Amino acid sequence: MPFSSLSQIKEKLDSGSTTAVEVAKIYLDRIAAHNDTLNAFVHIDPKHVMDQAEASDKYRAKHDPRPLEGLPIAVKDIFCTQDGPTQCCSNILKNFHAPYDAHVITLLKEAGAVLVGKTNMDEFAMGSSTETSAFGVCRNPWDTDAIPGGSSGGSAAAVAAALTPAALGTDTGGSIRQPAAVCGITGLKPTYGRVSRRGIIAFASSLDQAGPMTRTVKDSAMITAAISGHDSRDATSVNDAPTVDWLGACNATDMKGLKIGRPKEYFVDGMDPEVRASVEAALKQCEELGAEIIDISLPHTEYAVAAYYVIAPSEASANLSRYDGVRFGHRCDNPEDLLDMYTRSRDEGFGSEVKRRILTGAFALSSGYYDAYYLKAQKVRTLVQQDFIKAFEEVDIIATPTSPITAFKLGEKTDDPLTMYLADIFTIAVNLAGLPGLSQPCGFANNMPVGLQWIAPAWREDTLLSAASAYEAATDWATKAPTKFGGEA
Amino acid sequence: MEIDVNKVAMLARIRLTEDEAAELGPQLSGILGYIEALSEVNTDGVPATAHPHDAAMPLRANIVTNTNRRDELQAPAPKTESGLYVVPKVIE
Repeated sequence: MPFSSLSQIKEKLDSGSTTAVEVAKIYLDRIAAHNDTLNAFVHIDPKHVMDQAEASDKYRAKHDPRPLEGLPIAVKDIFCTQDGPTQCCSNILKNFHAPYDAHVITLLKEAGAVLVGKTNMDEFAMGSSTETSAFGVCRNPWDTDAIPGGSSGGSAAAVAAALTPAALGTDTGGSIRQPAAVCGITGLKPTYGRVSRRGIIAFASSLDQAGPMTRTVKDSAMITAAISGHDSRDATSVNDAPTVDWLGACNATDMKGLKIGRPKEYFVDGMDPEVRASVEAALKQCEELGAEIIDISLPHTEYAVAAYYVIAPSEASANLSRYDGVRFGHRCDNPEDLLDMYTRSRDEGFGSEVKRRILTGAFALSSGYYDAYYLKAQKVRTLVQQDFIKAFEEVDIIATPTSPITAFKLGEKTDDPLTMYLADIFTIAVNLAGLPGLSQPCGFANNMPVGLQWIAPAWREDTLLSAASAYEAATDWATKAPTKFGGEA
Repeated sequence: MEIDVNKVAMLARIRLTEDEAAELGPQLSGILGYIEALSEVNTDGVPATAHPHDAAMPLRANIVTNTNRRDELQAPAPKTESGLYVVPKVIE
């Protein structure tokens, strides 16, 4: 059971061969046994989990099951939940209890899911390794001396080690796809505007999007189906988004007629040669499944990271100005005056990476520099987006490595922020263009998982799901799990 | 590029310790140096992105949907009194 997919657990629940209470117990036991090693969860309330599971079993006894009835799903510590603390893994939000649920949390509850707990993350989602968490580093189940990726590293590690069958993450520059890749699971970032951001603690509002992290492609589709849709309380939620046959898209078993773009800028010197070989082998497999591989170019790729590291910190510096020690969050002891209270509360509450980003953003938005930095970056962003629009005139979907490297060792890149930023080099452009992206396991390099990234035109998550489902059906990478935690290698 | 890290920190209302300022200064210069690459790109006539899908802001009906939840919303505040947020004295 623990390494079963959500859809397998759903079958067992629907056939009556298990109950939500039994399922919840299995995962709670695994969390109790392994969380000290991994630090994937930062908050867990077993009684509350069992209460939800019991309520789900009672509901099932009287009604038709809802789409996620009785299925355990963990959520990143960035989602506001009325139950338990919401801390964004930051000291500035230590012991913060949200007065309302994020819209996606409400939707998960309405779909019958059992919420398992809060997962570890980089502080305010700023990082690629979960090492900036104020609550301690999280570890990769494939090698506990290695990072689980980030910022949704806790969600990725929890799913990879089967402490939960599925989790929610958020993705601002790759924070779902990159940890999914380096932990050997599947992660989907929906089209910007598909999923409500209400109640998700804001990092960079024009980039942030929530999505699932799961064992299989179909599981990602099940969750995205439940959490997507217009929300009038998020002004950037799109109200006329084309709908998708989420589960139907997962029935694909071949790629006949599919045109896959292979952008030359994503296969470059300096990437791990074994990662490259895995992804090249995956593309070969796609050809065997009937796809046509077409060489394309996304010429502004090399500027995407620079544009991102202006836009994301600028939006972050504005969003994080709300942490002022007045309405919620940390306040310093004995402030002398208002300015002392603001400046000292923020110095004490924020970790160093968050400060770095706030300062970068404050500088980029400051008088005299706005045009040269922020405005310029938003123009380059348009060019990055136009690259994709042009490419999609020729191909249906784009395939790339999710990350140029496999999981590195804890502490290896913490001294140099810039090298850490380059870990997201292949995922960032997707956020800038607001496109949907999916990472799925496609092999191993240096005994660590490698991710294959699919990028589709806006609102075409069905194309992503079909391609990924066909690849998953033809290979067995998605069934691999770390033996140290009882999985099948 | 040299930047006055304490000035930027004050704009962001963060008080840096001397050690923090000494570490962050060169790091910020490094990051901004990397960002300088943007100046190589010709963006003449290119519009700046606002929303990735150029979506119009949808309007909604002007109807009150919230109930009065003052006590719950103020519960996370560090200090309140009679429904007001308490901060250090602003006017002498």
